[in-house]
Amino acid sequence: MDFDLTEEQRLLQDSVARLLGDKYGFEQRKGYMKSADGWSREVWSQYAELGLLGLPFGEDEGGFGGGPVETLIVAEQIGRYITLEPWMSTVVIGGGFLRHGASQELRNELVPQVASGEMLLAFAQVERQSRYDLFDVATTAKRDGDGWVINGRKGYVVHGDSADRLIVTARTAGDRRERKGIGVFLVDAKGPGVERRGYRTVDGQRAAEVELSGARAVAVLGNPEDGLPLVDQVVDECIAALAGEAVGAMQAVHDMTIDYMKTRQQFGRPIGSFQALQHRAADMLVALEQSRSMSYFAAMSAAERNPVERRKAMAAVKVQIGRSARFVGQQSVQLHGGIAMTIEYAAGHYFKRLTVNDAMFGDADHYVRDLSETGGLVAAA
Amino acid sequence: MDLRFTDEEIAFRQEVRDFIARELPAETRERMVAGRSPTKQQVVDWQRKLNARGWAAPEWPKEAGGPGWTLAQRYIFREELQQAPAPSPLGFNINMCGPVIIEFGTEEQKKKYLPRMLNLDDWWCQGFSEPGAGSDLAGLKTRAVREGDHYVVNGQKTWTTLAQHADWIFLLVRTDPTAKKQEGISFLLCDMKTPGITVRPIITIEGGHEVNEVFFDDVKIPAENLVGEENHGWDCAKFLLGNERFGQARVGASRERIRRLKVIAQESMDGGRPLMEDPDFRRKVTEIEVELKALEMTVMRVIATESKRKDKKPDPATSVLKIKGTEIQQMCSELLMKAAGPYAWADGDPDEEDGSNEVDVAPDWAFGLAGVYFNWRKQSIYGGSNEIQRNIMAKAFLGL
Repeated sequence: MDFDLTEEQRLLQDSVARLLGDKYGFEQRKGYMKSADGWSREVWSQYAELGLLGLPFGEDEGGFGGGPVETLIVAEQIGRYITLEPWMSTVVIGGGFLRHGASQELRNELVPQVASGEMLLAFAQVERQSRYDLFDVATTAKRDGDGWVINGRKGYVVHGDSADRLIVTARTAGDRRERKGIGVFLVDAKGPGVERRGYRTVDGQRAAEVELSGARAVAVLGNPEDGLPLVDQVVDECIAALAGEAVGAMQAVHDMTIDYMKTRQQFGRPIGSFQALQHRAADMLVALEQSRSMSYFAAMSAAERNPVERRKAMAAVKVQIGRSARFVGQQSVQLHGGIAMTIEYAAGHYFKRLTVNDAMFGDADHYVRDLSETGGLVAAA
Repeated sequence: MDLRFTDEEIAFRQEVRDFIARELPAETRERMVAGRSPTKQQVVDWQRKLNARGWAAPEWPKEAGGPGWTLAQRYIFREELQQAPAPSPLGFNINMCGPVIIEFGTEEQKKKYLPRMLNLDDWWCQGFSEPGAGSDLAGLKTRAVREGDHYVVNGQKTWTTLAQHADWIFLLVRTDPTAKKQEGISFLLCDMKTPGITVRPIITIEGGHEVNEVFFDDVKIPAENLVGEENHGWDCAKFLLGNERFGQARVGASRERIRRLKVIAQESMDGGRPLMEDPDFRRKVTEIEVELKALEMTVMRVIATESKRKDKKPDPATSVLKIKGTEIQQMCSELLMKAAGPYAWADGDPDEEDGSNEVDVAPDWAFGLAGVYFNWRKQSIYGGSNEIQRNIMAKAFLGL
């Protein structure tokens, strides 16, 4: 048991922190948000130079050779600076589908493009009725010669507006809520039959509504008749990364709150001298430290081979981190007072990211239900 | 970063588990599964079995009679005892007074007290709190005056757990009333048979006799029973309280309670089906399991960082252990009581032998669950109340 980072991991952490410290001041972030893409191509190319875009791929295919711990390290920094680039969509989710679902040929083609920053990916999974159920898929994929044709609508496709390729879940067989009969398809985002409507989300990121009418898949990821296990695996890996992002964001906004409590004067003394506020700050620290522990558990469980155990672990991670993110986010605003209610102050932006982070792929309430229905973590004696 | 136990540690866990399965008397285990405290005799017998195996004091160094384990081994050992469930080594001997004597005591004191502590030939109790000194422990008033080769002690201690079983007491006394609060305190060892000591039971809300008041009326304590230097007892006290760090997380104990809870909630009916099938109840259980998993990982982090660290500064995560550990245990006790439904409410008089409060009303699994719930409210009060923990966090870690 060892929670220390290796020398290489520490270097990775330092280099990401240095880059973002330099490029992601609050004012700079606002500038990126207002730009056409809603994020920075310049920062993105620097991600590529640091190896962050090839992070999860093997060194033999031009990647960084990182595992769940490396992903956690980068995700935590991304949360610390609440960055806007499509790293989670392209590298964690897209990279996950390429690693676990793509043919060798497809990997040879796409991995170098992803690692160099030329290829942006987005996961088109959510539908109007699906809410957080990954298996609830109405979009259809029909065989057409040796290819597939896709019809349906996808919503809240994170970074779907700037993506080059969409990773689309579509039903190849069965009823809408059946676990079997789901396929995962790669679709050219700019190709015929794909219409996208981009918009900004409350946390400052970008997303798109996607209409697929007779769009042809450029490739199949995994088994088109039984792709749900692949989706589960990639989403579980993403949940581990989201845990890191949440911890980074909680740490940043907690630090900000403590600093403010030391400087803001009321009744002739710093508000941090009041015990009611001190105890709230201590409770936030408890939530943060428990979350940090849980993010390590997430990294440890991301590589778990038994899919049932892995899902349970990630459900627990979502519950703990989601509850903590809510508490830390809300209380950061509360302890600051009015200033954190303004859009010109950073705390509110962390609060918003934490709120969205909780809901990504299902919020804490969703996973409490899930985990409780599958017997929980402790077996009865 | 490698978050798994090593193969050696996994083998060690199995060795401990096998030992417990072989050596723990069934009556002791059954009594603890039912949520009752083990009797004095059960604690003594078990401690002696552990001592015969060399495992009586997991945290002690080899030269003092401990097994010389790593932090991970100590954690595994305690977790296995809690999960069994089996009695833990007596805390007053092994985690409180023993380590103070090892750190601050003379060679004579070590020779005289430690072997008898290990074998539970002497049962120790703790004389710290006073009616006027709870969270503000340094405000204690019990007075010790040096007269020749003795101290003469007058005053009152309270909340003295299991003093009714104790052969010895370690206590904080004021030896210099003119010094600043923390600077006039000394750490003394006292034979409970010394004339002038009176133990008076305090019956807690659930009706049990666990804690006591201990009165000192011109009690003569030999000067050689002073540990460390006179007026430097606060160093011993701080050291002792710092040693409680992992103890209060009690992850294994909570896991055992959750297992038990699931059994009871399967037998207890609600709306015509087992309570465990009620979605609301089940979700409450799940929420605790999740908190417990996070706590377990926090304990691991503390162990991993502590075993490498040279300085003795505590990790911010350590205060989390007390707050979360006690909150989780209290939640477990509450859900256990609720799971029992109307059968939770039978009440009785304290048992003379073990101080517990039980009556025989069916079904078996409901016995005393309400009592444990009420009794366990103490957990967020003792060992530095959870509010004191938040003060510590605000000052030491957040710099507020």
